[in-house]
Amino acid sequence: MPLDESFIGRAFPTMPVWEVGREKIREFADAIGDDNPIYRDPEAARAAGHPDVIAPPTFAVILALRAHDVVIADPELGLDYSRVVHGDQRFTHHRPVRAGDRLVASAHVDDIRTRAGNDFLSMRAEITTEDGERVCTSRATLVARGTAADAEEGVPA
Amino acid sequence: MTPPRFAEVAEGDQLPTTEYRVTRADLVRYAGASGDFNPIHWNGRFAREVGLPDVIAHGMLTMALAGRAVTDWVGDPGAVLDYGVRFTRPVVVPDDEAGAVVEVTGKVARKLEDNVVKITLTARFQGQTVLGGANALVRLA
Repeated sequence: MPLDESFIGRAFPTMPVWEVGREKIREFADAIGDDNPIYRDPEAARAAGHPDVIAPPTFAVILALRAHDVVIADPELGLDYSRVVHGDQRFTHHRPVRAGDRLVASAHVDDIRTRAGNDFLSMRAEITTEDGERVCTSRATLVARGTAADAEEGVPA
Repeated sequence: MTPPRFAEVAEGDQLPTTEYRVTRADLVRYAGASGDFNPIHWNGRFAREVGLPDVIAHGMLTMALAGRAVTDWVGDPGAVLDYGVRFTRPVVVPDDEAGAVVEVTGKVARKLEDNVVKITLTARFQGQTVLGGANALVRLA
């Protein structure tokens, strides 16, 4: 089913505040097998010039996913989530995410394309503090895979 | 390890090559930590029903592992200004203890202004690249 291209350019409402906890950062660092002390030890983080422990460069995916879920769940968009894989992802860090941050995220639909039987949904999540300080811009393309015969692009993860 | 200094790195310098093993347990852990509970990452029956060979790793986990090659090299993860990848092939994770092994290599591709370097990364699974256009911008001391 083709996606509704009228979604291109649409901005979605800002998500509720999500407070970054030290233990969430530790949990995420554990999940990627990273024992860097700057994720875990406030003293090590301060020695590196940070006010508290910071998060790994891909941690903001947690907020991006929550923001994107609002877009994906919109029935008008017509996305079959069971066919969705991740096509690309980019994080631009205006500053590191750190423990104690009270973050909000808003999703934007930047583009919708169809190629080789697959639908490509390009979204952006702007992540800021609740006071409006820019922290991270996440850009992601989700791919809704068409039939196997058409899936010439390989199967992105 | 002493953090690399901008003045001392050269274009073409290689980052240490690292192998990361990913098992089903790692995918469950990552699902919980990230909030990505798409069943293609933990349910083989579902993955096959939607046309995948089997359970595949979260692309974001592969991205995070490749990112470790950068943050391990630079020391302070806060130095990473920008990091992007394309997911070109799935990392299929079998239901056994051996899991899947992803090999990550990286090099200093460009020295830019303001002590920023561009790192290009390569991630391979079963001899084939699984990330494309994988680049990080990192500010060095």
